Amino acid sequence: MRIKNHPILEFNKGNKITFFLDGKEIEGYDDEPIAVSLYANGIKTLSYSLKYHKPRGLFCCIGNCSSCLMKVNGEPNVRTCVKRARQGMIVETDRLVKND
Amino acid sequence: MYEEKGYLELEELKERIPSKERLKKGPVAIIECIQEIPCNPCQSACNRGAIKEFKKIVDLPLIDFEKCNGCGVCIAQCPGLAIFVVWEDYSDNNALVKIPYEFIPLPEVGKEYDVLNRKGEIVGTGEVIKIQSLKTNSKTKIIWIKVPKELCMEVRNIRVVDEE
Amino acid sequence: MIKETDVVIIGGGPAGLSAALALGQTDLKVLLLERDPFLGGQLVKQTHMFFGSREEYAGVRGFEIGNLLSESVKKFNNMEISLNTTACGYYNEEDMLLAVHNDEELIRIKFKKVIVATGASERALLFENNDLPGIYGAGAVQTLMNLYGVLPGKEVVMVGSGNIGLIISYQLVQAGAKVKAIVEAAPKVGGYFVHAAKVSRLGIPIYTKTTVKTAFGKDELEGVELISLDKDWNEIQGTERRIDCDTLCLAVGLSPLTELLWQFGCKMRYIPELGGHIPIRDGNLMTTNKDVYIAGDVASIEEATSAMLEGTIAAVSASESLNCASAELLELRDKAFKKLFDLRNGPTGEKILSGIKKLEEE
Repeated sequence: MRIKNHPILEFNKGNKITFFLDGKEIEGYDDEPIAVSLYANGIKTLSYSLKYHKPRGLFCCIGNCSSCLMKVNGEPNVRTCVKRARQGMIVETDRLVKND
Repeated sequence: MYEEKGYLELEELKERIPSKERLKKGPVAIIECIQEIPCNPCQSACNRGAIKEFKKIVDLPLIDFEKCNGCGVCIAQCPGLAIFVVWEDYSDNNALVKIPYEFIPLPEVGKEYDVLNRKGEIVGTGEVIKIQSLKTNSKTKIIWIKVPKELCMEVRNIRVVDEE
Repeated sequence: MIKETDVVIIGGGPAGLSAALALGQTDLKVLLLERDPFLGGQLVKQTHMFFGSREEYAGVRGFEIGNLLSESVKKFNNMEISLNTTACGYYNEEDMLLAVHNDEELIRIKFKKVIVATGASERALLFENNDLPGIYGAGAVQTLMNLYGVLPGKEVVMVGSGNIGLIISYQLVQAGAKVKAIVEAAPKVGGYFVHAAKVSRLGIPIYTKTTVKTAFGKDELEGVELISLDKDWNEIQGTERRIDCDTLCLAVGLSPLTELLWQFGCKMRYIPELGGHIPIRDGNLMTTNKDVYIAGDVASIEEATSAMLEGTIAAVSASESLNCASAELLELRDKAFKKLFDLRNGPTGEKILSGIKKLEEE
């Protein structure tokens, strides 16, 4: 959810862009990380754990913890909490094995 | 005890509260800062020098209540938002309390709102008389609230419900 | 590519920026590396007014201090600032620091002295389902709401009543969220009283002697179960109670990011009062590797003000070891030592001082 008004801060966002998450079009800004655009769109699950397929989302949001790793333009294990989104980027939930 | 609860009971303020005589004379500032932390910008916040100079940066702030005229300029300069101004004899039935406020939406002057004590409990309602935005720090507003006289040492916050 | 420099500063937060400001006043060639696309470190997320003394920006909001420092360092001619650059390794055999710029360009750096100001990272808490989306380090929530203007959730439980937990709870309300409770395992509130008072008068309850036992939720967090603790930190059966929430913030402490220091061969020591494994250093913040200095949270978990003072001290000491410290700079360092002493000279400085004392013991 994007904050519209804030008592102390003003948010001057960059340029609006769209990128793809598992084929679905997502709106974001070019000066925010991929995971932030996803969270702004209400998407909190970024991947699934290897053994038990448990959903994973952001934890540290600053590039330290590895909770946000996704495949970006074919490259695996990209830290989406720091990697900026770009127009037309292809983002995939790594290890597409979901618990049905 | 304030360290276990996270809020003060009035008794724990002790000498930080002005005398009954001073409270009746006019508005006066009260600094509810009772812990020795490294922080001293309040000592230079008063144009009249009513906040005594610190010897060490961890000293507790002390107000000279005779020099203080309750103007409230210090309120927006305390990083801990711990300064309030109380005017007990604002009118026959009411006192005036000035509080720091950093939220939106801001209240509207002339309207009544729930007023809260240090624990965040609603203790009554109060009318907003004025909202100040000082040059030294325009993001911390100073809100003047008219409250029933007996609540002047209790009210330390106001609740503005977001209509959205 | 290979870069040669006199002093490399790793980290552009308050400690690194203060070091750069001091080094800017020398004739040394300086390279400042910062992994983010912006300078400021943790300062960029801080909306509250800073404590400390007026000379050290008390009363100024954290993000404004970040801006002031960042703009100041750009003015020096001897300073190269490399953003989007992560220092990722030191190779003893080649005596070279390796860094990656923009995720693709490898830079090999030859240097005479290095100041490591890499800060710290957030700790996690162990409880069932602590990996559900919706459970964050408190700093993550602060990054989302204050840096990017995104509220991750609406109903929050904060774990930890240190300054970080208290301040971020207040900032969450400013951003439009509801904080339902602050949970603290210890019997007392951990942070400054005035921070606790700010959240108490908002009606946010602080539950001491309480911790999180379990988190619930199918794909995302839906609630947590709290449990009370006895005086020996054991869970008291029967005191479990549930709070619905979509966001859980863990403000349970920080750990210094010391990986590079291990690679530099610095002797490390485990000192809990300072945050964990930290490098042994002398009074001038020089580690056991005489070319390596430290400053800020990587040296000991403290605050932005002490980080800035340590940055100054480390920078002047590094300059001195290269015979490039003017009388003015040495005086600046003396002032910084005095201010650091004053800052820590109260009840809130006791923990750091006892930790530093342990460092000096053999």
